Amino acid sequence: MDVDGESTSAVATEARLIPVLSGRSKAMYQFTQQSLPACKPVLTPAWVITTFFLVGALFIPIGLVSLHASHSVVEIVDRYDSECVPDLFKSNKVEYIKDMSIHKNCSRHLKVHKHMKAPIFIYYQLDNYYQNHRRYVKSRSDRQLLHGLQHNDTSSCTPEESSNGLPIVPCGLIAWSLFNDTYSFSRGTHKLRVNRKNIAWKSDRNHKFGKQVYPFNFQNGTLIGGGKLDPNIPLSDQEDLIVWMRTAALPSFRKLYGRIEDDLNVDDVVVVNLLNNYNTYSFGGTKELVLSTSSWLGGRNNFLGMAYTSVGFSSILVAFIFLLLHVRNPSLNIRAVC
Amino acid sequence: MAETSSGGKKKGKGKVKWSKLYTFSCLRPSFDTDQQLLGQPGFSRVVFCNESRLHHLKPHKYPNNYISTTKYNVATFLPKALFEQFRRVANLYFLFAAVLSLTLTSLAPFSPASMVAPLVFVVGISMLKEALEDWHRFLQDLNVNSRKVMVHTGNGLFVEKAWKALCVGDVVKINKNEYFPSDLLLLSSSYEDGLCYVETMNLDGETNLKVKRCLEATLGLDEDSDFQKFKSTIRCEDPNASLYTFVGNLDFENQSYPFGPCQVLLRDSKLRNTDYVFGVVIFTGPDTKVVRNSTRPPSKRSRIERKMDYVIYVLFSILVFISLVNSVGSTLYTDSDSFKWWYLRFQEHKNPFFNPSKPLYSGFLQFVRALILYGYLIPISLYVSIELVKVLQAMLINKDLQMYDEISSKFVEARTSNLNEELGQVEMILSDKTGTLTCNQMEFRKCSIEGISYGGDMNEVDIAASKRMNIDVERYRFSLDGSDSTGRSLEMFEFSAADHASTEKDVLGHEQGAENLGTNDSRIPAFRKESMIKGFNFRDDQLLNKLWIYRSNVSDMVMFFRVMALCHTGIPVDDDDQTGKVMYEAESPEEVCFLIAAQEFGFKFCRRSQSVMVLSELDPSSGLEVERKYKLLNLLEFSSSRKRMSVIVSDENGQIFLLCKGADNIVFDRLADNGRTYQQATTMHLLSYAEDGLRTLVFAYRKVEVNVYERWNSTFTKAKATMGPQREEELENAAAIIEKELILLGAVAVDDKLQDGVPECIDRLAQAGLKIWLLTGDKMETAVNIGYACSLLRHDMKQLHLSLSKEAETSNQVKVMKEDILHQIQSSYDMTIDEKNKEAPFALVVDGKALEIALRSDTRDQFLQLAVSCASVICCRVSPKQKAFITRSVKQHTGKTTLAIGDGANDVGMIQEADIGVGISGMEGMQ
Repeated sequence: MDVDGESTSAVATEARLIPVLSGRSKAMYQFTQQSLPACKPVLTPAWVITTFFLVGALFIPIGLVSLHASHSVVEIVDRYDSECVPDLFKSNKVEYIKDMSIHKNCSRHLKVHKHMKAPIFIYYQLDNYYQNHRRYVKSRSDRQLLHGLQHNDTSSCTPEESSNGLPIVPCGLIAWSLFNDTYSFSRGTHKLRVNRKNIAWKSDRNHKFGKQVYPFNFQNGTLIGGGKLDPNIPLSDQEDLIVWMRTAALPSFRKLYGRIEDDLNVDDVVVVNLLNNYNTYSFGGTKELVLSTSSWLGGRNNFLGMAYTSVGFSSILVAFIFLLLHVRNPSLNIRAVC
Repeated sequence: MAETSSGGKKKGKGKVKWSKLYTFSCLRPSFDTDQQLLGQPGFSRVVFCNESRLHHLKPHKYPNNYISTTKYNVATFLPKALFEQFRRVANLYFLFAAVLSLTLTSLAPFSPASMVAPLVFVVGISMLKEALEDWHRFLQDLNVNSRKVMVHTGNGLFVEKAWKALCVGDVVKINKNEYFPSDLLLLSSSYEDGLCYVETMNLDGETNLKVKRCLEATLGLDEDSDFQKFKSTIRCEDPNASLYTFVGNLDFENQSYPFGPCQVLLRDSKLRNTDYVFGVVIFTGPDTKVVRNSTRPPSKRSRIERKMDYVIYVLFSILVFISLVNSVGSTLYTDSDSFKWWYLRFQEHKNPFFNPSKPLYSGFLQFVRALILYGYLIPISLYVSIELVKVLQAMLINKDLQMYDEISSKFVEARTSNLNEELGQVEMILSDKTGTLTCNQMEFRKCSIEGISYGGDMNEVDIAASKRMNIDVERYRFSLDGSDSTGRSLEMFEFSAADHASTEKDVLGHEQGAENLGTNDSRIPAFRKESMIKGFNFRDDQLLNKLWIYRSNVSDMVMFFRVMALCHTGIPVDDDDQTGKVMYEAESPEEVCFLIAAQEFGFKFCRRSQSVMVLSELDPSSGLEVERKYKLLNLLEFSSSRKRMSVIVSDENGQIFLLCKGADNIVFDRLADNGRTYQQATTMHLLSYAEDGLRTLVFAYRKVEVNVYERWNSTFTKAKATMGPQREEELENAAAIIEKELILLGAVAVDDKLQDGVPECIDRLAQAGLKIWLLTGDKMETAVNIGYACSLLRHDMKQLHLSLSKEAETSNQVKVMKEDILHQIQSSYDMTIDEKNKEAPFALVVDGKALEIALRSDTRDQFLQLAVSCASVICCRVSPKQKAFITRSVKQHTGKTTLAIGDGANDVGMIQEADIGVGISGMEGMQ
């Protein structure tokens, strides 16, 4: 990174040619003549090769550490949507899920293959579910969520805006289609402690959802979508709703359900009792339950580590190629070529 | 001096046939055929001279002399400017989108304001710029329209009036160096023969003076008071755009006189060398030929603009493609699965965009919507930002201190802000030599008379040449005698000691100059301490101090000087009473330089009257100054195809001479057998002059017998009388008949000084990898030397020469020549391919004749292929037409940006042809 000597000398000569210029006009002159002093790094072979080596040497360890962190995360994924339909309804799952009279109880046995340290995060994962559809995303009223009935304009919530002349609280398709499967966990005979608090963003709880807003007329209409809400609890405490209303960007997404606050040991069998209420059958979606620990990097995701290591390795490769070329053709004047 | 001419003194010498002198420029063809057209449609104009009030009423009401070059007026500005703006594709698209978003609010994905506001802003700024430009034009018009001119108001009184108040039929008086306010019929001038000199630079870019001549009938009207009773009627053609034709008829004193373009003074040309003229206004304002002619020059669209259009089309197609994908996807989605997505509830509350029952319609709506939504893919502000940047750049260029010329206190002027960015993309520079690389200030340097060379000191070109031969200046100085002796092979003994001293002094002086080469001004005083005569840089006491008259064979020397003093078209303009020296004006600076030199040698051209040229010449026998009159019989003009010019004069004894000067090869072809006495020596001198980068001309003469002349004159007159396209040819043939059997006198060499800093500049350009072409009309040797002097050619370059071989030239068959050239091109090209990897760049030197063959359509591609691979190309003996043609070929062949630079009228074609034209406002006047 050497400042090009020629350019500075050129500046000097030009300054000499134009002797009577005050500071500002001189700066303007230098600017318009493009002769401002500048750093012009010359890409010599040594400089380029060292840079590539350095990049490689820096990136590979970062990548390896990230990969390690990702691999240390223990994750149990269990798809239950088809398993939980009784054999009788296997051919017509939609009818099964729509039939309110049938109990949707289901229990799953999850084997822990590796020690899992608390807190263990519980997610539900939906696939082929388009929370990002324009019609869906727009169908909410943020002001109503915060101010309740004080805000009357719920036109954005179509087609789920009002019932019996009163705006639905909370209005809109998102709230209407609230996910309503429930899970409870037990190991052996005793239940596992599951914390369902603090699963939503703090800012959402405090600033986006009103503390005085109660869902008094939610899911009262003719068409019932998803889950119902306790009309006695204000929206700011309906954390499942808050989580659900933070819409996912991709059709396959996980949302936080709660945390298990006990460690799980190897070969423990966790029994999950769930209510399979939510209809993903009509559009061919899937439902999965995910138990996962976390590392300093978050959940299990190899992408960052892979990216770092691959970039590091390729830059070392490039450095070697350049080195080879340079050794073979040392006379090649790169300055002239540039 | 008393003898020098002025308008008044010429009076009373009687009417003489000027048309004889200006045979080519001003002749009066018969009007018989054209006259019949008058009164017919297209030739219906009637002008009542001196009765302009008749033209206030119909049917002879003509527009007044107000001209307007503005594009808009207050009323038309808005619609016209808006129309201009929305001719841009992007603007139109945004207008369309804005209208959509305004009318169908449900369709637009965002609020209409965010669509309309940027459009209004962008269009507003562009229109503001238009308005400003038009305002400037308006101010300019105002300035022109309020110029003053003397108009006759009756009773012989002339009163100043503004140009715009001028009416058809007014009689106006124009003084020296004034512009003509409208198209006039010349009535009379301060010269008693009704001549006047006109500079038509604004019309056709030619700097030489043209002669206009009035009708004999109106010759007498040369006093203000004569116009008291002047009445006449003009019938002439209707306004049209043809500058060189005119048909008219003047009814004066019950007689009808036809007149033509020779009597018409056109607006925007300038009166020169004539004290005043009187004229009648025929065409005013918008009817004048120059206004009719002023089509707006086709604006040179810069590459970036062309690219921008292209980019916008590409972007638009991308946009349409994206929208299509979008709508097709949406259609399929709506059509097939959407009702299954229960949480979206498509079934109820029909949204037209997602209507499963009408998927195609929904798809179409989605398409329109996507077009609007993704509309910002098309950069709306790009035009405006680029335009603003360009205007700023042009301002910076115009204000650039480094391009400030102190002498004329002028800044560089960027005529259009459209082409700034192209400057950085130039890859080819095509340059003229004269006036661009060199100053076009001719200096008389050397001459060779009777095979003896006179004069000799060094200029920049010499220095470069000597450097090339690895002789430093120091050594050159001491070996000067030796090297000169080759030039002065004969009569060395005639050198005086004083001559040595002066030559040495000059070299010393020049060395001083060479050190501070950058400052031209400081050098000239050092260089010319003794005599400061512009255009004369000649040292030879032999010639200057009249020593030559003691020599034996004096008659040829006298003849030589006579050619110098007589064979030209110049006129003396000014005399300086203190020194007795006369200043001259002529068509080319060379002629001026010859006249000045002749004056120094004692052959002063004193004045020219109608057909007599007066010389004050040194009589070799007595050593006294004698005034001699020469009767000018004919003048055979210079033209680029003839490359020579002759005058036929008869001296006081009635002996007729043909004096000729011209390019060496042309003149040598026309020598008589007994006129070749000095040919060998002269050729040698010419060669050495050319090597020094000097321009050379050869002088010759011929004695013509009276009967021969008479016979020839009749054919020549016949040729003159012919009309139509073959006239030129006939005249040329007629001239060729008499221009033969010449006797060679000698040669002169004039020096075209290099401009300041040219070598450094070219060196830098070459280092930046630009390819430089030098297109010159000079000889190959001269051109190569100039090339060396301005470091266009360097020693490490490999020179390739392209010229016709002797055999091919003599055989004079196109096929043979073509094969020859093709062969040369092929071998040269192979060489460049072979040595491509080596560092040495190539230089190509092409001869004019070879170029002519090479530029034929079938060999052109190969030639250009070769030329493009060379770092610099020098084309010698190129005609202006060829210059333009080369420029066009290079541009088409390579597709790279070309810059043409030149000053003279001969470069106009080239400058217009190139992507960027740079005109230098040099000595020849601003163009």
